Amino acid sequence: MNIDLKTIKHISKLSRISVDGQKAEKLASDLNSIFEFIEKLNELNTDNVDPLTSVAETTLKFRSDEVKSKNIREQIIKNSPEDNEDFFVVPKVIE
Amino acid sequence: MSDITSLSLTKLVKNIKEKKLSSEDVTKAFIARSEKSKELNSYITEDFSNAIDKAKKFDEKPNLNLKLPGIPVAVKDLFCTKDIRTTAGSKILENFIPTYESTVTQNIWDAGAILLGKLNCDEFAMGSSNETSFFGNVLNPIDKGLVPGGSSGGSAAAVSGQLTPITIGTDTGGSIRQPASFTGTVGLKPTYGSCSRYGIVAFASSLDQAGPMSQNVEDCALLQEVISSYDIKDSTSIDFKRNEYSKELTKNIKGKKIGIPKEYRVEGMPKEIEELWKKGIEYAKDCGAEIIDISLPHTSYALPAYYIVAPAEASSNLARYDGVKYGFRAKGENLIDMYEKTRSQGFGDEVQRRIMIGTYVLSSGYYDAYYLKAQKVRKLIKNDFDEAYKKVDAILTPSTPSSAFKIGEKKNDPVSMYLNDIFTVPVNLAGLPAISIPAGHDAAGHPLGLQIIGKAFKEQEILNLAYAMEDKISFKNKITDWWIK
Amino acid sequence: MSKDNSEYLIERYDNIYEVVIGLEVHAQVTSSSKLFSSASTKFGAEPNTQVSLVDAAFPGMLPVINEYCVKQAIKTGIGLRAKINKRSVFDRKNYFYADLPQGYQISQFKFPIVGEGTVILDMENGPKEVGIERLHLEQDAGKSIHDMDPQNTLVDLNRSGVALMEIVSKPDMRTPDEVSAYVKKLRSIMRYLGTCDGNMQEGSLRADVNISVRIKGSDVLGTRCEIKNVNSIKFMQMAIDYEANRQVDLIEEGKTIDQETRLFDTKKNETRSMRSKEDAHDYRYFPDPDLLPLEVTDEFIEKLKADIPELPDDKKKRFIDQFKVSPYEATILVSDIDTAKYFEEVVAKMGKNQDMKLAVNWITGELFAVLNNKNLEISQSPISAKNLAKLINLIKNGTISGKIAKTIFELMMDGDQDPQKIVEEKGLKQQSDPKALEALIDKIINDNREKAIEYKQGKEKLFGFFVGQAMKASSGKANPQLINEILKKKL
Repeated sequence: MNIDLKTIKHISKLSRISVDGQKAEKLASDLNSIFEFIEKLNELNTDNVDPLTSVAETTLKFRSDEVKSKNIREQIIKNSPEDNEDFFVVPKVIE
Repeated sequence: MSDITSLSLTKLVKNIKEKKLSSEDVTKAFIARSEKSKELNSYITEDFSNAIDKAKKFDEKPNLNLKLPGIPVAVKDLFCTKDIRTTAGSKILENFIPTYESTVTQNIWDAGAILLGKLNCDEFAMGSSNETSFFGNVLNPIDKGLVPGGSSGGSAAAVSGQLTPITIGTDTGGSIRQPASFTGTVGLKPTYGSCSRYGIVAFASSLDQAGPMSQNVEDCALLQEVISSYDIKDSTSIDFKRNEYSKELTKNIKGKKIGIPKEYRVEGMPKEIEELWKKGIEYAKDCGAEIIDISLPHTSYALPAYYIVAPAEASSNLARYDGVKYGFRAKGENLIDMYEKTRSQGFGDEVQRRIMIGTYVLSSGYYDAYYLKAQKVRKLIKNDFDEAYKKVDAILTPSTPSSAFKIGEKKNDPVSMYLNDIFTVPVNLAGLPAISIPAGHDAAGHPLGLQIIGKAFKEQEILNLAYAMEDKISFKNKITDWWIK
Repeated sequence: MSKDNSEYLIERYDNIYEVVIGLEVHAQVTSSSKLFSSASTKFGAEPNTQVSLVDAAFPGMLPVINEYCVKQAIKTGIGLRAKINKRSVFDRKNYFYADLPQGYQISQFKFPIVGEGTVILDMENGPKEVGIERLHLEQDAGKSIHDMDPQNTLVDLNRSGVALMEIVSKPDMRTPDEVSAYVKKLRSIMRYLGTCDGNMQEGSLRADVNISVRIKGSDVLGTRCEIKNVNSIKFMQMAIDYEANRQVDLIEEGKTIDQETRLFDTKKNETRSMRSKEDAHDYRYFPDPDLLPLEVTDEFIEKLKADIPELPDDKKKRFIDQFKVSPYEATILVSDIDTAKYFEEVVAKMGKNQDMKLAVNWITGELFAVLNNKNLEISQSPISAKNLAKLINLIKNGTISGKIAKTIFELMMDGDQDPQKIVEEKGLKQQSDPKALEALIDKIINDNREKAIEYKQGKEKLFGFFVGQAMKASSGKANPQLINEILKKKL
């Protein structure tokens, strides 16, 4: 396993975290040592093992179709970084 | 009463119920000690004046039937508290004020408790030393130079340093048990689905679980009784019969079968830990338990699997911190630039590192090799426990492979930091309950913990075992109050 | 290009291309609250007033599934004759966008709730089967508004978290007409089931159109392009026409087609590459750890099956059998559930002496014209089924002529009036008394003796003149059949 700078760039783009030169190198070195340790899993043959996604031994519980959450716009908008009473505001997006 | 803050929760409740102490007395005592303990950096946000008002209000019309009547409690800053800033130890939520309350904290207030403030933790609970917090590291009351453990480091320090009688933490890979072990306190990670995750800032949804932290097992049982509830607002909450843990607590563990897994005897483990474990086995025998050697063959794969599963879930859970709806936003030339700067400046190094790992293991071409593989290993680890529980009622292990390490010691070496969770992580992957109790000291006088792992939903069983062993161990924390001038 | 509607081929020199089309239809589930939150789904509310803490992805908020939405998806699956999966899984589709507050959409990737099914299209040249690949449940995103503020994009999360069914067809369609018929049929089925209102203006039904071309007769699929989010049937057809020709041109020029996502520009009538989405997409799907697998029992499914109403295909068969209407007429009558309901009510109210031909003609002729004109749904018809049935009966029993009926029909629209009353009040009853009509005709012949002679000498065209005079003299009320008979006798 070798995570190069190109891979770092790619995952930084996917995760929307900007990574400059120095930081990228540090990340690459950290991730390489972490993955070296993770690679231990390859010792195990798991061909006939079912994946376990949740340990909760129950099935999905249903909610009834009732409108309970009313208009809480003020609460929803209150913490947003840009002042606007009605909307969330982001830098202009050009489609 | 001069020494209010040294009283256990159970004693405080008794005193309040017998009207020997008022809620105001107790609240003011903990606030006074907290005020003198700023150096520990346990708190991120204090809510002291509100707490005194609430205590006075409680005393006017005290409802003494409640389980936590007028008891002041500080909580980990990962629980959303209505109208009180909740940061998750991160710059990205530095000024976030929830308009809602987590189910677990609501349960505590409903039981009569009063919020003291919000306790420091590793950023988004990602860390084992409390050094990743945006609000600075927490000092271990045991010794100035030591980390308190993490991620519930502020919580552990606050209980150990007697800034709060009890607290709650969250445990994704050991974040309650490891700091409990490092600070000479008791910490329980309940069965996955026992405590609602509603309103807790998510780290890794399939592993996160809230739990009690306290000075002794009795207090722990009482707090667990209060916080555990079935919650329809959390789809992974489980509807099972919850015991009245404190009432049903017993030291009679005669004939209980306790498993000793050979795989926990890891290479390079300090002798002190080995000896502690042996002592633990003797204590258990003294209590009338039967000791059985068992094997959990996939133990050594738990940590690598955990470092795939937890970052994968985290990378997605933390996508909502994008500078749009709440929290920190950096200026950007366009939407994408804003996202990238916000997340790069808003998250600390460890959080960024884990988001990157998570993004990578889920990305196209790597999913099967990493994420799916880890899920399969998770199944094997759960199978190990299922197998073991055919023979035993509980499993006894050390809580951590070492005592509290020095501040800065592992900060720049992520893998050695991760290795600290080697004994706690398998429990989260299997969704089991486990408790850490203080069981002795190393040569330097730093506390060491033992972990008792139970069957799913059998919190009562491990609380009883811990209660019985606690009695035999009769641990005394060596705290000098060095930080109080 | 072929003129025959049943074939849609593109010819260039010696090459004849056919077009292969598959659709991903996004249908909004009819429900009061959202898929994973209890906020309202009502259309047209003030911005951000129907947003819960879950919809805006506040820290620690968790999804809890709406049972009704699950039932709606299963019902739709039954309507599509599809396999219902008793176990399905919700996954997270991860990407960043301003109107996607969680940073991921909860969808179903590997294990959808509904598997393979079929839809039958009633094409002019016979039925055509289109395969359904799958149907899955997912969350809708919010809305980004780019034109309200010069510097910023504004985000409204009212739609965020509303339940959608994504219905994926197999690439079984070959013509724009089939696409139109397919969307109409899906819409019809869902409206019968009450699972989606099918309102395209409000965005309740949108489609991504997958198009590729190949030499006719080839069985290899060409490289496809996906045209995103087309919200009207007309635009789908236009987009297909443009895109298919674009692809053929590229092939003819010896160029390759890039597999890509395109956008249909309704103003320029062209498709173009979506540059903003060009970032190589990697959605990093994984099972949502906040949700457990969705499991339903046979009993749960059977209960829903018992609730399924008669669907268009069955209704069509029954209409043909029971009412002896033609397959073509039946197709029109069942295409919309409210039309079918209206028709059946008219039939019921006509009583014993039913005339299906008249009923069909009046509904699909006069009534449809009026509704079309006034832009009304049949459920909002100004004339009730009961009164239309009465009108048809008045024609059938000879009380009024067809021509008078049209006048009465106009009058009925004003407040859904009873045609019987109009006939009585306005004295519009048909004159069918032979004696009175004979007297009337005698007078006309008398008054126009010269023309009568011309007619008798062979100028047969003049017959119409006499009919006209008779109708005029009777203010249109004379029974035209009787007039004809009497005139023939007298002249």
